[in-house]
Amino acid sequence: MTPGTARTKPAGRRGGAVPRLAVRGARLVATLAVTLLGLLFVTFLIGRVVPVDPVLAVVGDRASQSTYDAAYIELGLDKPLYQQFWIFLKNALTGDLGTSILTKKPIVEDIKRVFPATLELATAGILIGTVFGIPLGVLAAVRQGGIADQMIRVFGLIGYSAPIFWLGLLGLLVFYAKLDWVAGPGRIDISYEYSITPATGLLLLDSAMQGQWDAFRNVLAHLALPALLLGYFSMAYISRMTRSFMLNELAQEYIITARVKGVSETRIIWVHALGNAAVPLVTVVALSYAGLLEGSVLTETVFAWPGLGQYLTNSLQNADMNAVLGGTLVIGIIFVGLNLLSDLLYNLLDPRVRRRK
Amino acid sequence: MKHFAKLAAAAAVAAIIGAPMTAARAETPPDTLIQAWAIDDIITLDPAEVFEFTASEILGNSYQPLVGYDVKDVSQIHGVIAESWTVSEDGKTFTFQIRPGMTFASGNPITAADPVFSLQRAIKLDKSPAFILTQFGFNAGNVDEKIRQTGDMTFEFEMDQAYAPSLVLYCLTATVGFVVDKELALSHEQDGDFGYDWLKTNYAGSGAFTIRDWRANEVVVLERNDNYSGDAPAMARAIYRHIPEGATQRLLLEKGDIDIARSLGSEEITALQDNPDVKIESGVKGSIYYLGLSQKNEYLSKPEVRQAMKYLVDYATIADTIMKGRVKVHQAFLPEGFLGALNDTPFELNVEKAKELLAEAGVPDGFKVTMDTRNTPEITAIAEAIQQTMAGAGIEMELIPGDGQQTLTKYRARNHDIYIGRWGPDYQDPHTNADTFARNPDNGDDAASKPLAWRNSWDIPEMTAKADAAVLEKDTDKRADMYLELQAEHQQVSPFVIMFQEIEVLGIRENVDGFVIGPSFNDNSFKKVSKSE
Repeated sequence: MTPGTARTKPAGRRGGAVPRLAVRGARLVATLAVTLLGLLFVTFLIGRVVPVDPVLAVVGDRASQSTYDAAYIELGLDKPLYQQFWIFLKNALTGDLGTSILTKKPIVEDIKRVFPATLELATAGILIGTVFGIPLGVLAAVRQGGIADQMIRVFGLIGYSAPIFWLGLLGLLVFYAKLDWVAGPGRIDISYEYSITPATGLLLLDSAMQGQWDAFRNVLAHLALPALLLGYFSMAYISRMTRSFMLNELAQEYIITARVKGVSETRIIWVHALGNAAVPLVTVVALSYAGLLEGSVLTETVFAWPGLGQYLTNSLQNADMNAVLGGTLVIGIIFVGLNLLSDLLYNLLDPRVRRRK
Repeated sequence: MKHFAKLAAAAAVAAIIGAPMTAARAETPPDTLIQAWAIDDIITLDPAEVFEFTASEILGNSYQPLVGYDVKDVSQIHGVIAESWTVSEDGKTFTFQIRPGMTFASGNPITAADPVFSLQRAIKLDKSPAFILTQFGFNAGNVDEKIRQTGDMTFEFEMDQAYAPSLVLYCLTATVGFVVDKELALSHEQDGDFGYDWLKTNYAGSGAFTIRDWRANEVVVLERNDNYSGDAPAMARAIYRHIPEGATQRLLLEKGDIDIARSLGSEEITALQDNPDVKIESGVKGSIYYLGLSQKNEYLSKPEVRQAMKYLVDYATIADTIMKGRVKVHQAFLPEGFLGALNDTPFELNVEKAKELLAEAGVPDGFKVTMDTRNTPEITAIAEAIQQTMAGAGIEMELIPGDGQQTLTKYRARNHDIYIGRWGPDYQDPHTNADTFARNPDNGDDAASKPLAWRNSWDIPEMTAKADAAVLEKDTDKRADMYLELQAEHQQVSPFVIMFQEIEVLGIRENVDGFVIGPSFNDNSFKKVSKSE
């Protein structure tokens, strides 16, 4: 944003920046800790009241009583609830989230394996959603009530309300099966599966860093459709919110002031109005991103995408509480982290805060 | 404002067209078999613990048992790792002779020490399938003495009773009896766990393929075992991809990105039938679909009501339409293909007869009852069809949906009215199902053994005694007759409405031959699969 633009919003109270920052920081950390603790506690309780026997997931339906009893004790289910929770917490603080009863591996290792798939997909999705969502939202606001506005709103409404599962299958049918523009379900073709050494788990990055360009293209071809689908879904939301923020800004007095001063319309829209609308938009984009990072269960199912969503659903269905708690913790951290980030950006973008600097 | 129009146009065009990616695509390689299946049921690869469909199939192609059977005629039992065996005079002890010259994939030679270790290990670890072996009187305390090596290539297997030899041999064909490389497993032992921790995700077998990689919910990769004692498989690699959706599998199969689709639904099967590049193959499996009627329920405990329920299922319609080709009508507890299986189907939808029976039971206007229904599409569809036909006789059935673990938890706690279930045999002997459908040694709440008859609170001391006698009968023909008689009685009086037997249906690319669909999942074999160009 350029300095000296016409902003006529009241400034906040001034105060000693450093001590106040320290206090705010401490308060923030405390809030985060309490939020995560509460989240874990509620998840733990829900996991324990769900009418599902976790021992069954370990030993199956046919095991003898002695097998069943041994697994019951091994899972620590013979201990009182508060003790089970305390053991979980203590271990979690040392970075040990326990072992998954389904994959038989440490949860941390499992999450390390599935999260990059979701991160790659969600990042591609949010980029597409933001790059298209914001201009379309601006256009709809500027042309309020016109044809463009109506079309964008309908386009957004479809993206927002069509079942993603159905859209995914339709997309596969058209772009993969019929047109052959993109690759099918999965992250990579089997033939390239072992040509990339997993480093970050983000296959695009790994293949690019290793100069495996054929594999890179293959990964991109697999990523394209699910990313476009998720992008469309988040674009629908982002464009709707952009439109409403922009309408709000365009009705403000400072816009009229700017017009009177002879500032060009382009500048008014893209710099003044969008500049101010960007502040709440950051939160919208961050929350959309967080939503995508949870792993979109249906998208991951249709596209056989081995991500967090699929992992968590499977864990939930099998009462694999350690995995559910671990996954919830990761999602909690993402949410809290992105909230924090959007707060920081909010402060950075908000002229009242900037002016204090 | 023109730039908006340009911008919008550009955005729309880019979004809709999304520059076509002529990606570096690859058809399935000629020496690799790629299957799409829901492989999220795999929790371990250790033969002492494996009890799930997918993992059983993987082990069936990568490990070897002492004895096997012909999948086309299961009464033909032959040695695999065991060359021969004899049974002692008193019928309690088997002596096995190991086939010479066989090796594990690791290169270690196979001696009697390996099956002895494998069986002892499975019993001491006491994981899910251990009961298949412990039913012969073994436990962690006595197994070292009862299963003993008597020479380099011989060992003895001493049981507490003289069980039918066929029962013993069939139990040894189950995955829990697969032979593990003792030296390799023990080299990875931690805290006296017999290599359990390592073997969950690793491999120590001697089968046609080795297990190279398993990534949960993603992929399993098998590779040809160069030390395999049988004919070398044509495929250098066999891969399972986790593709849970039938519709997605169909797309991949039609494109040729996979060779075999394993979880196709009725709609997909119908659609693929006209595709010249794909063939549909099927084989009868041992799983049966049934309703369990809790005898705790005041209505369901009346014999006439139980009988009436059996006339209120439209077997033919469900098999022909809802499950189209994936089940066949079967109404006895032993699946077709088992020794002594009863293939009579005396029941069909007959609302009038059911009404008469309900009137005899003193409930002419029907009653209300609930059915716990696993929320899979097929079980839900079957349940809804039954709900509709039951209503014809005034039985108001409320369906309580839940996921598999949830409905099972409730069922095992005997908290249901009716449970709609699917039961697969654990090994190829008739006792596997007689043991659960027709035995209930103790109907008390804290019984040590909790078979399906117990779950439905069906107290049957006489029938239990008959099932126990059949286990000890050495004459195979006589034994088969005992099971036929048992099923005929069970069919009429039991609180089980046995409805269908499962048929496994595969969509296979036209150029792929040699996949064998066996009666159980560990009999499904791709050892002989070949691909023509």
